[in-house]
Order: sequence, then structure tokens, then C-alpha cells
Amino acid sequence: MALDSKAQAALALHRFGLGPRLGSIAAIASDPRGALLAELERPGIARITGANLRGTGEAARAVFDFRRARQAERRAAKNMDADQAEPPRAPPAPNLPQVIYLDEAKARFAAALEAEIGFAERLAWFWSNHFCVSADKGGVRPLAGAYEREAIRPHVLGRFADMLLAVEAHPAMLVYLDNARSIGPNSQAGRNRGRGLNENLAREILELHTLGVRTVYTQDDVTRFAKVITGWTVIPPGQDQTRGGEFTFNPRMHEPGAQAVIGRSFADTGFEQGRAVLMALARHPATAEHVARKLARHFIAEDSPALVERLAARFRDTDGDLKELAKDLVSAPEAWASAHGKLKRPGEWIVAALRATGVNPPDIGPVIQAHNMLGQPLWRPPAPNGFADDDAAWLPGLSERLDIANQIARRLAGSVDPKLAFEETIAPLASADTRQTIMRAESRPQALALLLMAPEFLRR
Amino acid sequence: MALHTPTRRELLLGSGALFAWAYVPKLARAEGRDPRLLVIVLRGALDGLAAVAPVGDPDWSRLRGDKALLLDGAAPALPLDSFFALNPAMPNLHRLYQAGHAAIVHAAATGYRERSHFDGQDVLESGLPQPGAVDTGWLNRALAAMQHAGPVRTGGNNAFAVGPMTPLVVRGPAPVLAWTPRRLPPAGDDMQMRLLELYRHTDPVLARVLEERLGLAVIARAGGMDGQQRPAGAGQVRAYFAESAGAAAKFLARPDGPRVGALAFDGWDTHADEGALNGRLAALLGALDGALAAIETNMGPAWRETAVAVITEFGRTARINGTEGTDHGTATVALLAGGALKGGRVIAEWPGLKDADLHEGRDLRPTTDLRAVLKGLLKDHLRVDDRVLAESVFPGSAALKPMAGLLA
Repeated sequence: MALDSKAQAALALHRFGLGPRLGSIAAIASDPRGALLAELERPGIARITGANLRGTGEAARAVFDFRRARQAERRAAKNMDADQAEPPRAPPAPNLPQVIYLDEAKARFAAALEAEIGFAERLAWFWSNHFCVSADKGGVRPLAGAYEREAIRPHVLGRFADMLLAVEAHPAMLVYLDNARSIGPNSQAGRNRGRGLNENLAREILELHTLGVRTVYTQDDVTRFAKVITGWTVIPPGQDQTRGGEFTFNPRMHEPGAQAVIGRSFADTGFEQGRAVLMALARHPATAEHVARKLARHFIAEDSPALVERLAARFRDTDGDLKELAKDLVSAPEAWASAHGKLKRPGEWIVAALRATGVNPPDIGPVIQAHNMLGQPLWRPPAPNGFADDDAAWLPGLSERLDIANQIARRLAGSVDPKLAFEETIAPLASADTRQTIMRAESRPQALALLLMAPEFLRR
Repeated sequence: MALHTPTRRELLLGSGALFAWAYVPKLARAEGRDPRLLVIVLRGALDGLAAVAPVGDPDWSRLRGDKALLLDGAAPALPLDSFFALNPAMPNLHRLYQAGHAAIVHAAATGYRERSHFDGQDVLESGLPQPGAVDTGWLNRALAAMQHAGPVRTGGNNAFAVGPMTPLVVRGPAPVLAWTPRRLPPAGDDMQMRLLELYRHTDPVLARVLEERLGLAVIARAGGMDGQQRPAGAGQVRAYFAESAGAAAKFLARPDGPRVGALAFDGWDTHADEGALNGRLAALLGALDGALAAIETNMGPAWRETAVAVITEFGRTARINGTEGTDHGTATVALLAGGALKGGRVIAEWPGLKDADLHEGRDLRPTTDLRAVLKGLLKDHLRVDDRVLAESVFPGSAALKPMAGLLA
């Protein structure tokens, strides 16, 4: 199927971006691929900043202080209960970890709604899911947003190795996958305390973040790599007024000695030992293939072996230059062969729906709830392998999408013209059946809901 | 039925039922009355002939065949007068009619003669003669023309929250207050069937998933079964209609509450398997009937000062189409209920149902302009000035006299 330029523009926005806004299709119709590539060249395109957003250490220290103050209040209240029948109660302060989580969520959705195309955002979301942490793990909630801003976004169009190092040395990841507590058995701390190794992070780096499951590593590789990264930990937030909550290499926890990982020996150079293993993993051909497969599967199709091979070669040839890989996705013939693509992930669909209506929700609550209902709660994947990327996982949520489409439509249809929204989002891609179904709806809200549930809108 | 009494916070939260609050009918109050007006918009175009059937017209049963509502049919219609009978799904409306608390206007339509839902709804709610870009409705403009009630009772905050999904009929310069029923309207059988139909033609994977999700009952209906079963979710629709209409009534009944309100019910676009006697349309009419009962109950003593107007964008084809339903038409009914009305009457200049009588050979021909009915209500019930009605409420309608004698 040959797509005309408007159809290509619409497809570019759905497949690689976050869905068209009013005027988006016309704006890029003269050169859809060029527009995608141009977005990648904008300085700082994948970054999010905000005066109210806290860095990781700052957030961790604030939460520590918040918890300590709460405990003090509780103790005081207990003591007063004994003396007074009706102690005066101040209203409880809002839960700080949740406040931070919501502030971060707001900033992320604002960036998604404001993006012209959203290709860089989509890449950021992809990598954030590849290197996921979960806000449901104790201590991670206030750090999840900062983690994405600090470890993922600066490297989305940079080198894979840099992102890998930033991620594995980030407090959110070290807490999420337990490495912050992992102690070399023969380290000073290990000998004193009799506590030891936790393999969790080392295993997931090999299995999920770099080489891929069932590839070239063994259980011994996991154990030795875990020893290498002992001492990669977090400064206790209450211990240091200026650096508490931030990453540190603690030599007292670090397992001494050289370690062999995937066939190479790494001398004990302290923190550098772990960095050297990560750099070797980043350059391993298995990593290139793993990343290539995941990118192709996410953006193009479940199975496209030729594309995977080309992407893997590019990864190897460019030392994991992620911008070059993103460009290859855009120029791949496979990306433009068919408009019938994968289902949008729930988060992509929700954002696309809001972009289509042009409405900026005043309250983040319903947006968060919609993600929860559709099974993709923000920064809360069920496991370290992140949210599933195959359609089979998301198809059963179709009826929940219908409920949400209906809610969005009923709330917004008073201010949105569904005919215009149709023309501006999927018209160049839409079948005659889809057009007719929307135009013959019995009311504007129904037309808008049908638009959001049309195959051309659900898919990308 | 236990109805949830909305708090002010809930009122300010969203959309659904809308009330203009700060403006009250001062002239009517000066007469010692305290009138209430509630407008219910049925979106999708109600089949007026299936709701109120001309059982005395010799052409009626020829036109609708076994789908015709008859006094001696399987589901016997409820007689209104010697000529018209009411759909048996509406016993409450029938009771109100017999008590003189309900009237029906038949063969009515706005001035709109095309057949697009969106444009038809715009004309119905805007009060303008033609479709086009509009952002205010006739009900709101009628209110804006009334005298301001004085200080607004919102703790000094004059800026009322207007929900994003305000029905057009009540949008405009007069401040409006929005309320969302806790229960959102269900996605609806009709919506699901439209999607399923689309997926079946364009996306078999999505079609299969939706079929599985909707369950076998829905698939059976889509397969063209007899259309005699009540759609799944009819209970939800009933509950939603009753809850939102009942809540609206509670507000209108309050001594310090708003005096006019508007809400909209969807689902009336019955192209296939209309089910006027015992199917989908019967279920919808039953839900509407329940809504009217909830309004009467919750109005309490204020019911005698209440008028409810149930209106829709246009009617449907006089004949049944090839899929056991009806397509977009022209004239239909307006249902009026409330203790303030001079009820017990069907108001109609009957156009007849012979082929030559039908508008464009297919639709019930309109003989009453719906705007005249609405102008009559606004004039006699709320005391809106004639000139205001002709110029700003229904612009360009000076030649169209307000219908007299609707009120008791």
C-alpha cells in the first residue's frame, strides 16, 4: 500500500509520536520523515525541567524529614492522649512521596501534551520502560520521576553505555533492585556484619538491561558481577545534609578482588571495576541484538528480522549511538509499509486522546486513574521487565478503553468538534467504514468516543 | 429508590445536569408563583410515532405492519384520546396524563429540515433557525433576559464552575452550575454495536476481542435475532436516567435552589432492531418514564409549579427500514409533564400518514413548530417577554406566536 503524504504524516504522528494535535498533520505533510528527524536535533528535546521538580537527593532528604516529623507528631499525640480528652489535631500534611510522584507525573504529561510530534518523548518512554523502576517498591515512589529525568532522558539520543551507567548507578535503581543493601561477603562490612550479597540487580542487568535472557551468561557470571557492583549504594538520607539520598561507592561494602564476567577478567579497581563491566556489556553483540529487537518490536512490528539485523549492526558500528538507531527506525521501509500497526500502549492512547481533543486536563487525578484502569499505572510496572510490549497483553483491555473513551467524550464533547478532531487525527488513514461510523454517530459525545475507539486511532 | 443528594462540592465538579442558578423568574414570583422548568434533551432522534402512536389513523398499521403500536396488540398501547395511544413502556406518563399533569405535542419539529444529528441538535438547543457556529442555548438566553436574583449564594464566589460538557441548550451568559451524577452513563449497547460493526468490517482482531468481551447475548442480537429481548445494560440505563433526573428535581425543589435546569439522555438513534414494543426503544422509553416519576417524587409540593419539556432533534422515518429500525426523519413528539401544565391533551394538527401526506414521501410532516411550544412555556410559565423571545431567545421567530394555553 502506497501512502500519500498526508497519510504518511498521520502515520508518523501515530507510530512514532504521541498522536496528532490540531494542525499537526498539515504541519509535517510536506516531509513527515524529515520532521521526525528534525525533532531529534532540537537541543534538550527529551529533557524535562521544572522549578518544582526535585533532584533525587533533594527528594530523598525531604521525604526523610517529612517522615521524621510525622513520627514526632504521632509520639506527641500519644503522650497528649493520656492527659487530654480531646487533643487538638492539625490536619495531616499531604503525603510527601505522593505529592512528589504527582508533581513528576504532571510534568511528564505536560511534556507529552506539548510535544509537537513526540518522537523524543516516545523514545524516553521506551527507555524508561526498558530500564524500569517501580514506585511501588519502598522508597522508590518519590524518586521515580527524578530517575527518569536524570538517568534516562539525558541519554535518549546519546550513547547506550552512558545511559546504562547512569541507570545502574542511580539510587532509584539501586533501591528498586536491592543493590543498595548488597554487601561483599569478604568486604570490611561483610566480615563485620555477617550480611552479604544480593544478586538481584546484577541478574537483571544481564538478563533485561543488556545481553538478554538465555544468551551468553551463566549463574557464575551473575554472582561474580554482583560482587563487582557491591558498594554501589545510596548515602542514607538522614546522614548527610547535602548529599544524603545520592549515589555513593562505599569501599567498605565492596567485595575485594578481580572477577571474571562473560569471559573477561576485571581487576578490582573499586567503582571503576563495575563501570568497566558495564562498558563491556554495552559493547557486547548480544546487547546490540537485544536492544535492536526491543526497539523494532516497540515501534514497528512484533517480528521484523531484517530490520532487527540492520539495527543491531548499526548499534555495533556506532558504539550504541541511540540517535542513529532512532533515525534508522524512521528510514526503515518496514515502518511505512502498512498503516495497520500495533495497538497503542494505554499511556500512549490516553495522551493521544487528550492531544486529539486539545484539552489540557486541569487535574492529573483522572489521568492517573485512567492509566491504572487500563493496566499501565505510571512508573509502576508489575516486574523489572517492565510493561509488556506485545499486543496480546493489551487487547483484553479494549472494553476498559471503551469505558474511558466514553468518559472522555462525555466530559469533553461540549468543547470538541468530533468532525474536526477526526479530520485532524486519523482522516488520512481512515477507512470509509470508520469515517461513516463516526459521521453517523447519534451525538457528538458518541462520535468522539467512536473516534477514540476507531482502529486507526487505537493502532499506531 | 434511594437517591443520592449531591453536595455543593459534587455540584461544582462536573457535568450532566445543569442549572442556571443566579437568575430566577422574578416576574412570575411577583405574581406569587415560583415556577420550575426542566428541559430534557433526547439525543439521537426519538421515533415519535413509536412513543405516541396515531392508532386512530387508518393508515397507521399499514405503515408499520407488525411493528405498529396498537390498542389490541401484543403489548397493548395505553389510550390517550380517541386517536392517540401511548407506548405501554410509559405507565407513569400515562398516569400523569390522566391526572391532567402531562400533555403531548405531536407532529412537531424545529425549523431544521436536514437530517444530521449534530446540526439538528445544534438547532434544537441553540434556538437559532439554522445550524452554524453557536455557543449559547435558548434556555440560557431566556434566563439571561430575566432579572438577576440579587446576591448569589455561593459564599461570595460569583464564578460558577461550568463543566466542559454543558448541554448547549443551557450554555451562555447566565451563570450555570454543573453536577455530575456519581454514575456515569453506561457506554451503552448502541455504542458497542456500532463499534462491533466497524471492527467486523475493518479489524477482525479487535472484533473478536470485543465480541468476547460483550458476551454471547450481544452477538446473538447482532445476528438479527428477533429483537424482542431487552438489551444488556437496560438496568444501568434506567438507573442513570432516574438518578440524574431525580437529582435535578431535588435541586429545583429546594427553596433556595435553581429554577431551571437541563439534562440530556442519549441512545435514541434506533436504526436497527428498534424494538418499540418490547426491545431497545421500549427499554429507553421505560427509563425515561422512570425519570419522570423520579422528578415528580423528588419535586414534592413543588411539582404543582413544575413543567418538564422532553424534546429531541428530529423524528424518524414513518416506515420501518430494512433492518427492523427507522432512519432519520422530521416531525416527532414533544412530551410535556408537570403539575403546572394544562394536561390530559394531545396537541396536534394531524398531517396524515398517506404516502402523499409524508414529508418528502418518507417522514411524518411537521405541522407544529417546536419553537412555538417552547416559547409558550417560557412566556406563560416563566414570564419571559414576547419581544425577548422573538429576538434573543429564538431569533428570527417573531412570526411564530408562542403557543397559548399550555399552563393550567
